[in-house]
Amino acid sequence: MTNSIWQFQTDQSLVENHGLKLDEFTKIVEGLGREPNLTELGIFSAMWNEHCSYKSSKFWLKKLPTTGERVVQGPGENAGVIDIDDGDVAVFKMESHNHPSFIEPYQGAATGVGGILRDVFTMGARPVANLNALRFGDPGHPKTKHLLSGVVGGIGGYGNCIGIPTVGGEVNFHSSYNGNILVNAMTVGIAKKDKIFYSAAAGIGNPVVYVGSKTGRDGIHGATMASAEFDEDSEDKKPTVQVGDPFTEKLLLEACLELMKEEAIIAIQDMGAAGLTSSSIEMASKGNVGIEIDLSKVPMRAKNMSAYELMLSESQERMLMVLDPTKEEMARKIFKKWDLEFEVIGKVTDTKKLVLTMDNKEEASIPINILVEDAPEYQREYVVNEPSPLVELDHDELDDNNILEDLLKMISHPNLCSRKWIWEQYDHMVMADTIVRPGSDAAVVRVHDTNKGIAISTDCSPTYCKHNSFEGGKHAVVETWRNIIASGALPIAITDCMNFGNPEKPEIMGQFVECIRGMGEACSKLNYPVVSGNVSFYNETNGEGIYPTPAIGGVGLIKDLSNTMTISLKKEGSYICVIGNSNNHLGNSQYLSIVKNKEIGSTPSIDLEEELKNGKFVLNCIEQNKFEAVHDIADGGLLIALAEMSIYGKKGVNLDINKSSLTEYLFGEDQSRYLVEISKDSFEELLLEAEKDKVFFEKIGFTQADQFEIKNIGKIKVEELIQAHESWFKKFTN
Amino acid sequence: MKSHVIVFPGSNCDRDIAVSIKNISGNAPEMVWHKETTINTSDLIVVPGGFSYGDYLRCGAIASTSPIMKDVVKKANDGVPVIGICNGFQILIESSLLDGALMRNESLSFICKDIFIKSKNNSSIFTKNTNIARMPIAHNEGNYFVSSDQLKKIQDNEQIAFQYCDQNGNVDNPSNPNGSLKNIAGVLNKQKNVLGMMPHPERAAEKILGCDDGKSIFESFIN
Repeated sequence: MTNSIWQFQTDQSLVENHGLKLDEFTKIVEGLGREPNLTELGIFSAMWNEHCSYKSSKFWLKKLPTTGERVVQGPGENAGVIDIDDGDVAVFKMESHNHPSFIEPYQGAATGVGGILRDVFTMGARPVANLNALRFGDPGHPKTKHLLSGVVGGIGGYGNCIGIPTVGGEVNFHSSYNGNILVNAMTVGIAKKDKIFYSAAAGIGNPVVYVGSKTGRDGIHGATMASAEFDEDSEDKKPTVQVGDPFTEKLLLEACLELMKEEAIIAIQDMGAAGLTSSSIEMASKGNVGIEIDLSKVPMRAKNMSAYELMLSESQERMLMVLDPTKEEMARKIFKKWDLEFEVIGKVTDTKKLVLTMDNKEEASIPINILVEDAPEYQREYVVNEPSPLVELDHDELDDNNILEDLLKMISHPNLCSRKWIWEQYDHMVMADTIVRPGSDAAVVRVHDTNKGIAISTDCSPTYCKHNSFEGGKHAVVETWRNIIASGALPIAITDCMNFGNPEKPEIMGQFVECIRGMGEACSKLNYPVVSGNVSFYNETNGEGIYPTPAIGGVGLIKDLSNTMTISLKKEGSYICVIGNSNNHLGNSQYLSIVKNKEIGSTPSIDLEEELKNGKFVLNCIEQNKFEAVHDIADGGLLIALAEMSIYGKKGVNLDINKSSLTEYLFGEDQSRYLVEISKDSFEELLLEAEKDKVFFEKIGFTQADQFEIKNIGKIKVEELIQAHESWFKKFTN
Repeated sequence: MKSHVIVFPGSNCDRDIAVSIKNISGNAPEMVWHKETTINTSDLIVVPGGFSYGDYLRCGAIASTSPIMKDVVKKANDGVPVIGICNGFQILIESSLLDGALMRNESLSFICKDIFIKSKNNSSIFTKNTNIARMPIAHNEGNYFVSSDQLKKIQDNEQIAFQYCDQNGNVDNPSNPNGSLKNIAGVLNKQKNVLGMMPHPERAAEKILGCDDGKSIFESFIN
């Protein structure tokens, strides 16, 4: 015993290895009125780690707007639920699987997909779309290639096999992720509003049923691992990574949905992080009841598993349910048909305790409220860094004559080039409802057997967040909103996946607090609430934290799919117009980063009034069929957006722009802007309407056959742009 | 038209094909669970795409031993039209209804994208309507191979149903997505009533999905 203040029988290092602090352990002892046994210690460790308890983030997350007229279920359940008319709901969530994916990229990413899929179908929804948000280190870092290939392989391997299309996502490379990649997976499902399933256990004496795969020794302490920083020995943590089996998940999905058609399930919860522990406690806590489990009845893959191992295993593809006892046999038949385990392992009790027995011996007895309500909650100290200041650029350094050369350099850069190499490894068309495939602003998926669709987009600009966490937080929310608008959909709600460094450091906590504040402001103003989410802290290696990365997944509704919009230029001889004000903001831009190799300046700020006004105008025009193509202006500015429209439409453009600093105008990253292609005849009318709505609207050129041309600067072939855009990933991964 | 779609554990294009058949023929197919042993009188049996048994062991190998497959083979031999798409193609090969083998893609990675195919001959009910058609592929193991003896045999018997080509119908190397021998995308049995193909016509059977070229394959034997 090294520390003299340690007054307990339990070995101090044992407690520390469970990721618990002295005061937390003291709290356990006080709550129980005794010291916990090993199994109980493991259970507390699993429930009280950052990943499961949200102890550092809870206080701040409560500040986010979570309600709205279309919100059916906000945060707190397995996934958020929004109303999409006609008795249909969309069920969605994004979740991180960062730590395991760094240790073992293929399985880490695969089980990330598997986990988020279960969160969605647990609620009675059939998953219809997968997306992701990925961050890797510098492409020059020795691990990046291996991690990229592994993660993409894992996401594809799982999603393709289970047969849910992976329709979109985003990928960034930055050296701040060299030691901590981010793998955030999102799933959207569709259900009927009156057929949503929740996790609150009910009905004293009702059977608690285990279904799915057998339990093995994999993933023990996965959630605890995910709540700690990495060091040189992080590779040794491989055994804590789970192994996925998408085939079994497919069977589990079909079996659950089949059973959900019957009135048999009272409560259902997937076994994700902290497996049997968190699922059983969650169900009991939500239902304000107790649960008794006979662990010897748990289907086991390995011999002689202990109570401790059974409770902490994170074996995949498992669910826990409370069933109507009269439906038990019918339910068993369904699971047997799908060749899955089905075992009654316990019952609902009125003790409000989690009681575990094994071979008739009591292994644990813990009041649920100590585990849940009394879980530690911290208001961690934080400091807010001054946002990086505006930097005056040396105008002599910005040579307009290099614009086309700069464009080629940017469009072929890892952070702006085509992601085709990735999405061609994902089945993005299975289920035959993918209306807009990857590569546009948002993916659009039809609601099966209807003429409506949902538009989905994931986004975040970590450099914006690093240099101004408040504006960066706002931006991440707004960017998805804008993507959804540009697809012709009404943005409804978001899920957030908050990836940050160590929250015990005031500076990191400050980033978190400011991102939340920015997100909250944007969500409120845009009537775009948060309905689900996840927090991943401790993304640090050897004391170096990642850039703050609040990845956002937004969902919108297209009531009539004929209004679906894409970014690709459609015709020759149309006009190209800019919507929204340009103020030549080059601070923190892709231009500075890629062309000038500088990360300087201020994050562009967003005027939310302006954002709302421009967005409404764009959506209105799309619904009135006035645009041929729409693309929001984002990373890289106007010229990158236009080049993408040109590349996807295989059409050229001819720009005639009368501005003093063309480089700043074309690569500046001012917010709240869109590029649109319109037919010549509608220009005058649109100009008037824009004026009426006080929306800035300006013509900058027209479309043509195959040359990408800027007056007084020069031209290049669209084919050359395509080549530049599509070559990097293939070369890098070869 | 009475049609049947076989459902294996891990099938995931069963619903997609059922929707296409219903849209085109007006009649929804009957879904047949793989543990059944007989299929009712049928005008068309579909072995759909997906990952039957998770592609474990070898794609299609475990599914080919499912109870229902005995009756599929019997009906195929009796002349009932049978079509296997993607994993269905792999299952028909594993069931010895079709010649050849489907190896891993030359790139060693999963490929999901639109390709063009053209029908090599119009001697079968499946291929008589299709000239050049665009539709998606989505597979890991679609690299078709046959021994040179067998190749000669299937060529002589006009059993090559489709070949990968470019949008103008040129069968060349750049238009071959997976390394298939002779750009072969689909093959027929000797009697021409069994078709296996890697591309997914059911995912290209509606304009709103970007392309409806896939319809021609269904229409050729439905109408």
